[in-house]
Amino acid sequence: MRAETAAILLFLLTGLFSVAFIVVYAIDRIPHQTQFLGLALGGALVSLAAALIITGLKLVVTEELVEEYPPPLHAGEVDLIATTVEEGGTRLTRRRLFKLTLLAAGGGLATAALTPAVSFGPILRVKDFFGTPWTRGRRLVDENGTPYKASDIEEKDFYTAFAEGADKEEAGASVVLVRLPTSSLKLPSELQGYDADGIVAYSKICTHAGCAISMYRVPTFAPDEPKPALVCPCHYSTFDPASGGTVQFGPAGRPLPMLPLEIDGKGHLRAKGNFNEAVGPSWWGVRSRKPSPHA
Amino acid sequence: MRWVVVIAALTLVGSAAAADGKQVFGRYCVSCHGPNGAGVADRGPSLHGVGARAADFYLRTGYMPLKHVGLQPRRSRLLLDDAQIAALVRYVASLGSGPAVPHPHPERGNVSAGMTLFRSHCAGCHQIVAEGGYVTNAVPPALGDATPTQIAEAVRIGPYVMPTFSTKAISDDELDSIIRYVEYAKHPDNRGGWALGNVGPIPEGLVSWFIAGTALLGVCLVIGKRLRA
Repeated sequence: MRAETAAILLFLLTGLFSVAFIVVYAIDRIPHQTQFLGLALGGALVSLAAALIITGLKLVVTEELVEEYPPPLHAGEVDLIATTVEEGGTRLTRRRLFKLTLLAAGGGLATAALTPAVSFGPILRVKDFFGTPWTRGRRLVDENGTPYKASDIEEKDFYTAFAEGADKEEAGASVVLVRLPTSSLKLPSELQGYDADGIVAYSKICTHAGCAISMYRVPTFAPDEPKPALVCPCHYSTFDPASGGTVQFGPAGRPLPMLPLEIDGKGHLRAKGNFNEAVGPSWWGVRSRKPSPHA
Repeated sequence: MRWVVVIAALTLVGSAAAADGKQVFGRYCVSCHGPNGAGVADRGPSLHGVGARAADFYLRTGYMPLKHVGLQPRRSRLLLDDAQIAALVRYVASLGSGPAVPHPHPERGNVSAGMTLFRSHCAGCHQIVAEGGYVTNAVPPALGDATPTQIAEAVRIGPYVMPTFSTKAISDDELDSIIRYVEYAKHPDNRGGWALGNVGPIPEGLVSWFIAGTALLGVCLVIGKRLRA
């Protein structure tokens, strides 16, 4: 009976550890969150393993029967085995409680394992992808807040720019800037006029999994070398800056969102409007509406 | 009178070296870069105005001469000896006014500032401790063999598909810090102890799977034996 109680308690402990995992995952401000998540999950698995070991060793009926050879099988022996198994089964006295706690352990652990899936998609919050800080006339600044001038942007180099005054951590705040020879631009008709003198701006967040586009491939001698491309370091999604950020290679499913640009009287780069599409990684509702500036 | 002879002799030696460079050029370079380095459409760019800087970089890294058109130039064994390279660099420099070979001062740089700059400008392709990486259709090289001069040259030239950074994007002082950081990254201080090639989570994951897998197997064996006993 004590083995049974121990198993039940261990199943309950598994359930508790699983709940602890969910709680720690949900509360972002806990210090050393990763370590606590690990402890909770580890605790759940260890207590589940211990409970199963106890169940296996002490509670499951193990009856070793030596079959005599070559005596023929008699109906009486079959009955005997059946009776033995049935009698053995009475070892579990609190069957209901045992089942219930096993369910709690299994269910808790399964829920805990599924909890992080909440972070996969914007089921709960999509405004970061549709709401961006860009409005007409907003200046593009570097990471120190200094406004970019069109003359700062040179061919064969690439720059990261942010919306002036915006939170840089925001998904829609950052863009990558490159200058291409105007003759090489092949923007589709709906993106005509998005460039400013050959300077083009695209969201820095890859449309596949949301990594930062941090690689720019630009040929020294165009005839022999790969053409210009913005590349994401995570899964090598490759975008063509000359044709509106279209996908050339890799797992990304849609072009990079493009930000329309203009040059003001002082030569500063300003946004002419908002992105043509929602920024950030793609999901089922990504094309459901256009991005708009948030208050 | 004696001085005049010396100067005349030096001038002769100088022009002989330049001529020698032209000879090497004719042998190894002319098929792609054209007579007098004017370039050949679809084969190789013009070398007018690229200066000693580009020639020194491409030749001393073994990037040039290239085996055939269309390949990515890679660091390789030097085909030319030092005197030939020097002559060729002088010859290419004489084709048009271009930048000279830079003389960086990494000792004036700051490792920490260098790392920040390296992270924002270089690490996307070259990896944070300069182990190299991949970009679609090209291979950003590891920088373990790059000398300070070569780094200073490459940042300004942007060889193959690398972006070109002007002094407006990365000043010479910032470049010194970047070079100092790359020198540090050749032998980084591994606080964890076991570097595993400094290439990040994949070997680390493999190692932990190996250790954890062995431990799990051991536990299974112990449980199995107990049950049988």
